[in-house]
Amino acid sequence: MTSRVSTGTRPGARFAQFKLVLLGESAVGKSSLVLRFVKDQFDDYRESTIGAAFLTQTISLDDTTTVKFEIWDTAGQERYKSLAPMYYRNANCAVVVYDITQASSLDKAKAWVKELQRQANENIIIALAGNKADLVAEHPDKRAITTSDAEAYAREAGLLFFETSAKTAENVRELFTAIARKLPLEQAGARNMRSNPRQGVDLRPEAPGTQGGGACNC
Amino acid sequence: MVHDNEGSAAASDGGNTPIDKRDTSPPPAKIESDTAIDETVPAVRDLQQDFQVSATSQSGVSSTIHAEEPRPPLPARSGNLDLLQEGNYSPSGSLQRSRKPVRPQLQSTATTALSRTDINTLSYQDGSRDTYAASAETTPLSKPVGLFGSVKRFKGLGGSETGDSASVKSYVPTSETGGDVESLLGEVLSASQQSPAWKLLSTQYETPNPFDAADYEDDEATVEFYQEFDDIRQTDPDVGSEEQQLAQWQSKRKHFLILSSAGKPIYNRHGDDNLISGYIGIIQTIISFYEGADDQLGGFTAAGTRFVIMSQGPLYLVAISKLGENDAQLRVQLEALYMQILSTLTLPTLTHLFANRASTDLRRPLQGTEPLLSALADTFTRGSPPTLLSALECLKIRKSQRQVINDTLLRTKCDTLLYGLIVASGRLVSVVRPRKHSLHPSDLQLIFNMLFEARGVKAGGGENWIPLCLPGFNKNGYLYMYVSFVSASEGEGGGSSDDCNESGKPEEIAILLISAKKESFYDLRKMRDAVVEQLDKNGSMSIIKAAVRRGRPTATDIIPGTVLRHFLYKSKGNVQFTMPSYEPHFTTMLARRRLLSLYHTLHASVHAKNAHLKVHHCISRESISLAWVTPLFELYCVAGPHASRNALAHSANKVVQWVRREEERVFIIGGAIF
Repeated sequence: MTSRVSTGTRPGARFAQFKLVLLGESAVGKSSLVLRFVKDQFDDYRESTIGAAFLTQTISLDDTTTVKFEIWDTAGQERYKSLAPMYYRNANCAVVVYDITQASSLDKAKAWVKELQRQANENIIIALAGNKADLVAEHPDKRAITTSDAEAYAREAGLLFFETSAKTAENVRELFTAIARKLPLEQAGARNMRSNPRQGVDLRPEAPGTQGGGACNC
Repeated sequence: MVHDNEGSAAASDGGNTPIDKRDTSPPPAKIESDTAIDETVPAVRDLQQDFQVSATSQSGVSSTIHAEEPRPPLPARSGNLDLLQEGNYSPSGSLQRSRKPVRPQLQSTATTALSRTDINTLSYQDGSRDTYAASAETTPLSKPVGLFGSVKRFKGLGGSETGDSASVKSYVPTSETGGDVESLLGEVLSASQQSPAWKLLSTQYETPNPFDAADYEDDEATVEFYQEFDDIRQTDPDVGSEEQQLAQWQSKRKHFLILSSAGKPIYNRHGDDNLISGYIGIIQTIISFYEGADDQLGGFTAAGTRFVIMSQGPLYLVAISKLGENDAQLRVQLEALYMQILSTLTLPTLTHLFANRASTDLRRPLQGTEPLLSALADTFTRGSPPTLLSALECLKIRKSQRQVINDTLLRTKCDTLLYGLIVASGRLVSVVRPRKHSLHPSDLQLIFNMLFEARGVKAGGGENWIPLCLPGFNKNGYLYMYVSFVSASEGEGGGSSDDCNESGKPEEIAILLISAKKESFYDLRKMRDAVVEQLDKNGSMSIIKAAVRRGRPTATDIIPGTVLRHFLYKSKGNVQFTMPSYEPHFTTMLARRRLLSLYHTLHASVHAKNAHLKVHHCISRESISLAWVTPLFELYCVAGPHASRNALAHSANKVVQWVRREEERVFIIGGAIF
């Protein structure tokens, strides 16, 4: 899935910015996935996310194409549920995470996928990530959800699918790269700018990191 | 006139206990000598009456005092009176205070001066404000009487000549009374102050002078306290492992338990449910027994361990401590834990959950907040000046520098902003707030705990958007807090930093922007960018970073050559405190805990109900210390055991002078208001 060859060969640099939201039951490793992706770090004893964390990471798809993710890493607890729409409302893509050693976490993931397909952007790209692959590599009997079951579900629901390990970094970058490749680079900017000038996707012809400088004058 | 005041004070006390103390305790003198004595007297009398009201409205604990017959007022000692007036009361000044009704019930939710629009300065001429703050301060603390100190004192003063140390403790050595004090001290010096906490911690020492010792790391006995925060290990399922776990559990100096009134465990600092379910059952039975008799249980002592119980709606909160805090101090800690729960759920949600089903398991809705509760609990176990004093600490920078930062916040403020704060490692740098709304120290304590003690938010490495209820502001709804951290280390670099503060954590500057609108993340984020950019541009950011890296000055930096090793100075009007660095004498966790235990003892003594103690001097094997309370401030100082009382008193005066000089640097006065 990740071996897709880039076909974007337009002359000149392209820079696109997309909003990504992570959802899933608590303690499946959403924040760890993000931390691995953004900072290439891993922390064995992580405390629960409180509220939501907002991070950005830029990846290059090829020589000319750069994609910047604005990532909403949400807390998985029930009490934050009512805030979720705020985070996925204008999202271009979502990563729904479950823990391959916890059967119930896939049910929760399926519920999130359903909600996204019903409530979020109709073109939202959803990826399903079965995290904690490292646990299973050491103790195969810990696995509660087989790869084939999850894969079958993902295919049926039209999701990207990876089994990941934030601890070993397995498939983490691949996951986000696959999402970036699936995003509509050509039209994304225009469409989102129209519908949501403030919070939406922003296509700028500048290199990443050179923006800013516009002070808020409210 | 002065004499009159003494008389009325004594009569209203219903006993001579506090008077004795006052008479024999000339405070460090000559500080306030510029204020007219006559003006102070009405204020003093009012204060006495307040004391009386609050004292009689309390129940139980100190019944021995009420049983005593009122004694006739003692004649005032002329040698002390002028000192008494000057030192204790003259700052509060005038009659103005009477314009403002005393509202003791406000005191548990005292707002910081940050929030008090009408306090511009810690003005010595402004009688009403100062006295108002003072009366608010005294009421809550007068609730339960401490286990040690106050009770002991009453016993001694109540008519026996047992040579109780308490009557001596209150001496402040001054040059005028030095000789007199000397002779009195000579008899009782050996019975020096030994609070239970102090004794307990002393057993961990072998060196004769723990305050001097620096090498107790290797002391085997001290390891116990260092293990206080260790997890109770789930040992192999061997026989006896549960006993081992229980032994570990019992060896902890301090426990906090939260359970529902139906007996469901909600939170416990140490051990898992299975391990302590028996204890939960016992506690619940004991509490509900008293509740059934319509006679709420406040606390009890068993085997040197104090149990304090607080009942809050559907919750029971229990503090179990061998560290020797008094009930009032433990209650403040339980209150903070309760506030943390409210902060997660809001009061209506909490009530609703239990109204629907009394046997609700609150663990689920609270899931993920255990680290916040534990961070609070551990802060209390280590000893926390902000909690003890119910006050905030500010980063010391120049007034003009703070003004620039305030202006920057005001200039960049966006419409949805409610509060904006810049905080450096738990110390407030600047605040911007609406005129109508105040900030409560207890709310800020929860926020600081979340950001600087618990690791969850900071470890995320990004910006944060956190819904939270600030119970002091409004316990019925959520606010939304934008948080982003700026590293205090030189140059760029996001989260990580090498230079650490005194508790070994990297120094971080947090920018907190709070709004009532949950959709305002992007607005606040834009404001944050603007704030940081402007602070960088006008040099404020490097000033803040430098101040953070510099850390607190040591006591000898503040007063060259002082005998003081540490002090706490709380400005009552501002609800803020300042203190020197723990270096070089209190670098280890144990040394710091011992220092804080001493502060707790001093604090308990001067705030004990019915003890209208203004100055409390205490000599022990390890240190000599002084607590000094006026309507304006509370000062607690500690010096080494060989320091003279004169030197201690002299230094205490110097501290007060220093604070007065540096007032607008060490405290935030007013803050930025829009």
